Amino acid sequence: MSALGTPLLTVRDLHTYLATVQGVVRAVDGVSFTVHEAEVLGIVGESGCGKTVTCRTIMGLMPARSVHTEGEVIYHPRGEGSLLGASEDVMRTVRGAHLAMIFQDPMTALNPVLNIGDQLIEAVRAHDRCSAAEARTRAISLLDRVGIPAASRRMRDYPFQFSGGMLQRALIAIALASSPRLLLADEPTTSLDVIIQDQILCLLLELQRDTGMSMILVSHDLAVISEMCDKIIVMYAGQVVEEGTAADVISAPRHPYTHALLEALPQAEQRGQLRNISGSPPSLINVPDGCRFAPRCRFTTPECLNWETTLVAAGERDHAARCWRHQEIAEGQEAWQRSDSASA
Amino acid sequence: MSAMWAASPSELLMRAATKAAGRQRSVVRRRFTLIIGLVMLAIAIAAAVLAPLLVSQSPTAIDVLHPLSPPLTSGHLLGTDQYGRDLLARILYAGRIDLAIAFGATSVTLVGGTMIGLVAGYVGGKVDSFLMRLVDLFFAFPFLVLIIAIIAMLGPSTFNLFIAIWITSWVSYARIMRAQTVVAKKQQYVLAARALGYSPVRVMFRHILPNTASTVIIFSMVDAVGNIILAASLGFLGLGVQPPTPEWGSMISDGQNYILTSWWLATLPGLAVVFVGVAFSLIGDGLADVLRAGDR
Repeated sequence: MSALGTPLLTVRDLHTYLATVQGVVRAVDGVSFTVHEAEVLGIVGESGCGKTVTCRTIMGLMPARSVHTEGEVIYHPRGEGSLLGASEDVMRTVRGAHLAMIFQDPMTALNPVLNIGDQLIEAVRAHDRCSAAEARTRAISLLDRVGIPAASRRMRDYPFQFSGGMLQRALIAIALASSPRLLLADEPTTSLDVIIQDQILCLLLELQRDTGMSMILVSHDLAVISEMCDKIIVMYAGQVVEEGTAADVISAPRHPYTHALLEALPQAEQRGQLRNISGSPPSLINVPDGCRFAPRCRFTTPECLNWETTLVAAGERDHAARCWRHQEIAEGQEAWQRSDSASA
Repeated sequence: MSAMWAASPSELLMRAATKAAGRQRSVVRRRFTLIIGLVMLAIAIAAAVLAPLLVSQSPTAIDVLHPLSPPLTSGHLLGTDQYGRDLLARILYAGRIDLAIAFGATSVTLVGGTMIGLVAGYVGGKVDSFLMRLVDLFFAFPFLVLIIAIIAMLGPSTFNLFIAIWITSWVSYARIMRAQTVVAKKQQYVLAARALGYSPVRVMFRHILPNTASTVIIFSMVDAVGNIILAASLGFLGLGVQPPTPEWGSMISDGQNYILTSWWLATLPGLAVVFVGVAFSLIGDGLADVLRAGDR
């Protein structure tokens, strides 16, 4: 369904460099993707791979003074101009009304000294000058919509009187207050327990289908991403290492990193130690030449270290991977799995 | 006296903060400090405002026949000074000036300094650098010397005393508020507010200010005491409120010549300063407990 829609947001060759005391951190290094109308795009990767920075750069929330950005972020309903160069005044009209974001930790994303109702009414009125009474009615129906029982009574409650799951629901209501076209959900369930996580994700998907908005779902949980998304981007060390439809990426991963992530998922029938990916992502200050995953990859050859990395088209339906051996990886997958289980 | 002024605000603030953070006290006990402070301040304000009803004598009426009467003399509950003026009347009328200084000088510097610190911390960059260097400039001078210089330039009067305090005292608020704002700016609720497209003014005043105001409000209580003591110090030097208008500091100053023979002249206005000072300190302490408790 995704390929047929009209493009809503195009990110082209996005670079976000952060100036730190230790040096320049290349947090996002050449990321491109397109989100179509009513599409759910999943971004997956370990911590520190640039997922959150990508979202914040799109929203224009990175501090301008210490951050250097390059590339283009085009929000198509607002014309073909890039949002990256847009003034703060322009960004303010885009934020909230067109692009909304929900954050990782619901416990800290609400103002602790204002009650839920006031914050929701404020969000409703931020981009729509309606009367206070009307805003209140809409706020209550929003709270009701995200599944908060006794919504009108809970409007008076303060954030500390809400549980984590309830807070995330309230934050979703606030994000949806101005009916945005694209919702950026930055690990919305990371700090919640599994049951609540499932409820929140179902709610997000339901709201996305009802409103027809698009969504970028960021997660480090490939299982979550594979269930929710039409399209998947796998990020590693500030770059996209694999992209494609959810079905293609999950069933036939072309990059060793995606492969390893999938293997790391716990299986119900599996016993013994969980699989992990040894090592951790490289520092993004001194990025090595060649493939950035090479030091942790099981299939590294000397060529990998010199290879000028690019996304290589692999398979059908815009499936692409940043690995020159992607063909072998895809073909050899079954064989490796067999040899692994034999050695284990 | 200047040394005492310089040391006490931060000390008191630290004490208030440690108390609030360290001990878990019941709501009643937490409010108790605040209530006692408010009651004491209310008594002081009422006594100053209702002075004409409480004492029949004028604070400036000279009675050369009865100078230096000790307390509890008939007609003069607290005795008289070297000119035979009724000490009770003078202390009560002086309260009007001293409390006006406590509120008038402190409220302006509280609001002004808070705004400046908020803007500096939130906007950052050149604005922040400029404002904070300005603050450094004020801190670089010994505080009392700066005030004395300003008053010497403008001429000693009650209003000029206000101006001198307004010019010099906002810096502490600006620095505290700036630090708080820089921390709050990185909080996720501020990022979330910005992600909703709220204007900087809205983010600053509706989202950051209510979360950070408690510290400056508590500090202002300590500062109010400081301002009374400052007014007293300047009165002592003859740079504050001018005679014959009664003012606690100048009364203490005048009374020191008679301290060995007529102790009440300096001691009783001193006790008035202590009373109001303790009231403000208790309010600051109590507010610290109550406001911090609100943050969970």
